[in-house]
Amino acid sequence: MPIDFLPVFLMVAVVIALSAFILTLSRLIRPHNPYPEKNRPYECGVDHVGEASAGMFKVQYFVIAILFVVFDVETMFLFPWAVVLKDMGLFGYVEMFVFIVLLLVGFAYAWIKGALEWVS
Amino acid sequence: MDLTQITSSVLASGPEIIIILGACVALMLSLVPRPGQGALLAGLSLVMIALAAAMSLTLAQNPQTAYGGMFVNDGFSTFFKMLLYLGTALTILISDRYLGTEDAAKGEYYVLLLFALSGAMIMVSGKDLLIIYVGLELQALSIYVLVGFLTTNTRSNEAALKYVILGAFSSGLLLFGLSLLYGLTGTTQLEAMGEALDSVETSSPLLALATVFLIVGLLFKVGAVPFHMWVPDIYEGAPSPVTGFMSTVGKVAAVAVILRLLIQDLAMLDPIWRGSVEAVAVLTLAAGSFAALVQTNIKRMLAYSSIAHGGFLLLGLLAGGSEGLASVMLYLLIFTVTNLGLFAVIVLLNRGAGQGENIQDFSGLAKSQPGVALMALVFLLSLAGIPPTGGFFAKFYVLVALVDAGFVLLAVFAVLLSAIAAWFYLRVIMLMYMEQNDQPAVFQVSPAIGWALIVTFTGTVLTGVLPAWFLGVSKAAATAGLG
Amino acid sequence: METILLFAPLVGAILCGFGYKYIGEKAAMWTATGMLFLSAFLSWISFVTFDGVTQHIEVLRWIESGSLSTSWGIRLDRLTTIMLIVITTVSSLVHLYSFGYMDKDPQWKEGESYKPRFFAYLSFFTFAMLMLVTSDNLVQMFFGWEGVGVASYLLIGFYYRKPTANAAAIKAFVVNRVGDFGFALGIFGLFFLTDSINFNDVFAAAPKLAETQLTFLWTEWNAANLLAFLLFVGAMGKSAQLFLHTWLPDAMEGPTPVSALIHAATMVTAGVFLVCRMSPLMEFAPEAMAFVTVVGASTAFFAATVGLVQTDIKRVIAYSTCSQLGYMFVAAGVGMYSAAMFHLLTHAFFKALLFLGAGSVINAMHHEQEMTEYGGLRKKIPFTYWSMMIGTLAITGVGIPLTHIGFAGFLSKDAIIESAYAGGSGYGFWLLVVAAAMTSFYSWRLMFLTFFGKARGDKHTHDHAHESPITMLIPLGVLSVGAVLAGMLWYGSFFGHADQVGKFYGIPVAEASAHGETSDHGEDAGHGEPAADDGHGEATAEGEHHYVFAGKPGEGGLYFGKDNTVLDDAHAAPVWVKVSPFIAMLGGLLMAIWFYIINPSLPGRLATAQKPLYLFFKNKWYFDELYNVIFVKPALAIGRFLWKRGDGGTIDGFLNGVAMGVVPFFTRLAGRAQTGFIFTYAFWMVLGIAALVTWMSIGGGAH
Repeated sequence: MPIDFLPVFLMVAVVIALSAFILTLSRLIRPHNPYPEKNRPYECGVDHVGEASAGMFKVQYFVIAILFVVFDVETMFLFPWAVVLKDMGLFGYVEMFVFIVLLLVGFAYAWIKGALEWVS
Repeated sequence: MDLTQITSSVLASGPEIIIILGACVALMLSLVPRPGQGALLAGLSLVMIALAAAMSLTLAQNPQTAYGGMFVNDGFSTFFKMLLYLGTALTILISDRYLGTEDAAKGEYYVLLLFALSGAMIMVSGKDLLIIYVGLELQALSIYVLVGFLTTNTRSNEAALKYVILGAFSSGLLLFGLSLLYGLTGTTQLEAMGEALDSVETSSPLLALATVFLIVGLLFKVGAVPFHMWVPDIYEGAPSPVTGFMSTVGKVAAVAVILRLLIQDLAMLDPIWRGSVEAVAVLTLAAGSFAALVQTNIKRMLAYSSIAHGGFLLLGLLAGGSEGLASVMLYLLIFTVTNLGLFAVIVLLNRGAGQGENIQDFSGLAKSQPGVALMALVFLLSLAGIPPTGGFFAKFYVLVALVDAGFVLLAVFAVLLSAIAAWFYLRVIMLMYMEQNDQPAVFQVSPAIGWALIVTFTGTVLTGVLPAWFLGVSKAAATAGLG
Repeated sequence: METILLFAPLVGAILCGFGYKYIGEKAAMWTATGMLFLSAFLSWISFVTFDGVTQHIEVLRWIESGSLSTSWGIRLDRLTTIMLIVITTVSSLVHLYSFGYMDKDPQWKEGESYKPRFFAYLSFFTFAMLMLVTSDNLVQMFFGWEGVGVASYLLIGFYYRKPTANAAAIKAFVVNRVGDFGFALGIFGLFFLTDSINFNDVFAAAPKLAETQLTFLWTEWNAANLLAFLLFVGAMGKSAQLFLHTWLPDAMEGPTPVSALIHAATMVTAGVFLVCRMSPLMEFAPEAMAFVTVVGASTAFFAATVGLVQTDIKRVIAYSTCSQLGYMFVAAGVGMYSAAMFHLLTHAFFKALLFLGAGSVINAMHHEQEMTEYGGLRKKIPFTYWSMMIGTLAITGVGIPLTHIGFAGFLSKDAIIESAYAGGSGYGFWLLVVAAAMTSFYSWRLMFLTFFGKARGDKHTHDHAHESPITMLIPLGVLSVGAVLAGMLWYGSFFGHADQVGKFYGIPVAEASAHGETSDHGEDAGHGEPAADDGHGEATAEGEHHYVFAGKPGEGGLYFGKDNTVLDDAHAAPVWVKVSPFIAMLGGLLMAIWFYIINPSLPGRLATAQKPLYLFFKNKWYFDELYNVIFVKPALAIGRFLWKRGDGGTIDGFLNGVAMGVVPFFTRLAGRAQTGFIFTYAFWMVLGIAALVTWMSIGGGAH
């Protein structure tokens, strides 16, 4: 049975090797010139408060991350749906809208509650 | 799947769809604050539950599977769904006042209750491990938020956090068990899995491992020893109606899954788990009964009491067969009405910010509020299992099933421990009827709570007066479940 | 109709007890009373129209479990209908009476509402009592039995601000538990042996029980005797028979209507009813029956002696009740159940009358209960006086000897005394005759002290003595009619010839020419042939027709064994036997007149002269003191010991090796694990998983 998973193992191995390769390569060829501004964590252009390692993230990051995941998943569903839409006919069409409406309810809730406001 | 199949599947899951739709509408309504919103949302939720109940009853006329065998509507699931509706409706009735006194009235509360209900319904109807898992998570996630609903109350927050972490831990275990089972059988559908397992040796270590994790994940939800540690803390910290909801609806759904898995579809696992579940049941009964003796917080006491009742449910599971199944189902029915009735009284005594949860607050209740005290008396007697209340027959039929199945020793043990357990219920009764109180509890019974009290009181008394009829209903549902 | 009759009081109780806040006090009380009158009306209809054939009416299915299958049913036979009219009639009258009696009770402040609660309790009691008498199985009967116990407890303790009332309520409850324990054991025994708790099955199995031996408490017993004895222990508790009687006089702490309803007319007669109901079993238990007779006669005698010297008006009547119950048990004990039921019926009328009359006196005298404070009330409350007079004439048994004309008590009491003689119980007969003399004495003493002589006690109270309101007088009037007529009206049905009695109870009768032949039948029947056919077959037509009872156990309301000829023997008793109660009554009356009218200083002198005897009676034969030393003190000591010990165990914190130490130990163990830290919880879960994995892979898989 494990042999069936060979492609997966190969995939994992390639991913690891590739990332190691890229990091090593950039380490070798990049110039080394650190200064404070450059060492700051990237925060979408907003000045960070305190150290990220102390766990002081602005809570909005999480909210937006969750919303992102939700709509990311929606998009992931939309692709295969679009491919087979013809076969599924009207029912498939309607069903996707049910799905989207459900997500929209959540989105509307988050929006009106002010989850998307950056400064509260 | 062609269109007719899909339509019939959608129809079969109609109750769930109604509840989820109701939750969505309530969520949207909650965004536009207006006076009297709480009552509006509560009313809407009750209407939705009533609609779903009507639909469930209609569907029960012809049992069917849907979604390619992943979802089922049979007598078993209908019985449990009715219990879930009842529990949720009662919770909604007692919630409004609590949210008022705690100053935490927000529309999301009812939305979350409905989502939790729909999750529980999916668990009950699920005929596929993944569906069951999804339902369980939907229910658990909603309850996590509900437990922490009192955002300014640190105990509530602490409870929510503990519950999230331990709950995630347990559902991870459950998922692990499911994946092992999937690995062994190559399917997640229960019937197919049952057939596949018939050819697997029960001595296979992998199967034992899978069973352990499956059972641990489920026992956590029931609060069985040693997976019960979360129960007291979370029951105490959570808002009282939510505690009532968890102890009834949450437990009913979990027990339904346990029964469906262990007695019905995966009955061949029996030799693997029987011995250890016997030990767990006895320990659960003992730990719940003993620890409750010294509690001073009524919710904490009821948490331990609920653990002990969980032990009784496990005994019914051990008795097995349609008798055991029916006894557990009757037990859940009686426990649901009785427990929620008592929680209604607790809500009445609540004076905000966790005040009024000490059992001393019950003292002198018989004098200041004789009617409420009488109902509380009946609920406590029922929980203690004293005739002629329903609680007696709940325990009685479990014991009968147990003795019939030949577990006399367990039955004797259960009787001894429930004698101990009776003591802490009687202590509250003594406080109510014997003690004087300088500052007697002053409250008005709002109509909603009044209805909840009437329903639960009638239920408790009726099950005591007509136990045979209720047992008949449970038996019919149990045999439908066993197929 | 029977179902309505049974549930109307319950509906009344619920509406009254819970609904009075919504419909108002007055309306609530009238609802309860109206329901009761409806019930009484239906009861009379069913009594009059009843044709003697036992009916079973199933109300609902109840407990189903294995071989234990019980439905909540009504068994309607003559016995039931008698009890129905007794209960509902007295109860409805007491409800009505309570409107007057409970009005403006000094125990409560202005504006406090206690009356609906009282009426609800009364109605609830009535329902429980009806459930007891209508039941067609032992478990339902036991529920009714406990129900009336609870109602009695609530009503005795109704004046909950009086410590004595609370103590009396608890005493009644505890003493009754002793009896109930016997009753419960009896039920278990019957279920164990006959595998059923339905009366029909139990009765049918009675002959077999008589031949069964049973080991209980390391001794061999005859099953029928043992079970009959155990059931009778239950009856002793409820009916306040000797050794378990101590609660009844104390129960007089309750309001007087309660005393009349529960502690005179209905609940205390439940024991007699039980013995009569179980007559098919009793007939096969001769030793137990002898025991019943002895206990009944002793109680009748004992209670009468104590009644002689009591000064509290209600206590006198209470002891009188105790004594009269003894009469009924004697009748049941010698096998003349019908006479027991007869006395039960007449006693209900005249004793309720006496109690309600006493209540009226107490009401007139501003809740003064000591007879030493009364005197000369004849003119002030004439209606009460006349009704009490009728009650006294009835209880003492005034009538024309050797005829069937007289007050109710005359006929029923004489019936019992004749039965006792005919039943061959010399002990019972003589004690009852003596008790009849004493009954007459203390009853007349009560009348003379209360209504005759000069006014004693507080002058102010006497000046304001007033006749009671009309709601209290109507019940007195109705009961007076009953006390006069009940005996004459139903003498034939209860104690007439066997064919009359048989028709009344629905017991088949067979013709027989003489007693000798009857006993032959008995022997024949012993060989298993159906007795009824037997009787018909051999009936000889020579001159006068005699009838004998020939029913099978469970057929009809009562069962008389094949050799039970007490009825005929009683009719054939010598004249001196028939006259003796009348002479005893006259003697008692004359003594009373001498003591309390002619020479009022005599009682005091006699008491000083016979001090030990006087104190012995006055202190109720020292039963309370005796029980205090034997039971109460040791129990308290044990309790204190266990409590101290148990408490110490909790505090000292170590397993003491005794049961009281184990519980706290486990409690602490379970509590200590509950640290509140989440990692502890997770750790326990992991430990649990490890344990389960080990167990399941080793224990579950390795077979």
